[in-house]
Amino acid sequence: MVIEDDAVFKALADVSRRKLLDHLRRKNGQTLGELCEQHNMSRQAVTKHLALLETANLVVTVWRGREKLHYLNPVPINEIYTRWIGKFEQGRLRALHNLKQALQENVDE
Amino acid sequence: MNSTEFVYTTYIKTTPEKVWAAITNPEFSRQYWTSGIGSDWKKGSKWQQVSSGVPPTVMVSGEILESSPPKRLVMTWADPANTSDISEPSRVTFEIETIDDMVRLNVIHGNLKTGSIMAGRISMGWPRVLSSMKSFLETGAALNTWAGVDTCTPVATEPL
Repeated sequence: MVIEDDAVFKALADVSRRKLLDHLRRKNGQTLGELCEQHNMSRQAVTKHLALLETANLVVTVWRGREKLHYLNPVPINEIYTRWIGKFEQGRLRALHNLKQALQENVDE
Repeated sequence: MNSTEFVYTTYIKTTPEKVWAAITNPEFSRQYWTSGIGSDWKKGSKWQQVSSGVPPTVMVSGEILESSPPKRLVMTWADPANTSDISEPSRVTFEIETIDDMVRLNVIHGNLKTGSIMAGRISMGWPRVLSSMKSFLETGAALNTWAGVDTCTPVATEPL
């Protein structure tokens, strides 16, 4: 089996799925029930989104006893990142990102 | 302890034996990682990752808890310079499984203190290590993704 880039971009091209990834980033290893509680979506909708994220290898599941836990797997995103960003650009890009974050925080205050 | 766990997965077009060798042979790991990791990989043995430089520094070390080549490797993981790491080391499990014509490599890093320096380091590190290992095994060339990374400076290292 090959994880296609298309699957990754398709999975990321949806606000609900990106929010699911955000929630996993905040707290890794959640059950379906926990993820449903945080979303105004039916259990079926969350299940469907998670299946797409799993197909793209952006979410990985591990069984702990009777619980199926969902984890954010950023490895495919790292592969996209390394495809277009050279090693010498990383430092400058991070500096720009930090500057942008700092400026936006000032606006929020 | 309020602990957290990360699971990283990559699919690699190769064999389980080659993935096992990539993890356990420092000649290989030094090519796709920051530096080689060495051990005799037997249960109860120590392992360590040593940076080059004068003097060489042990960056991470631990003990092998389980070793079933080429399928499963479990080890403790700690920064020897960090005393709380040493008293409560985290734990890394490598699971290697054939799926169709590929190998799925799972890295489960658990028992990490939430918000600890090590939790930050590894969440930056593992995606890079796995992408680089995948490229190394599939193309023979690792990804040089380490330049400019705060926590890990690229170093040319000698195998242990």
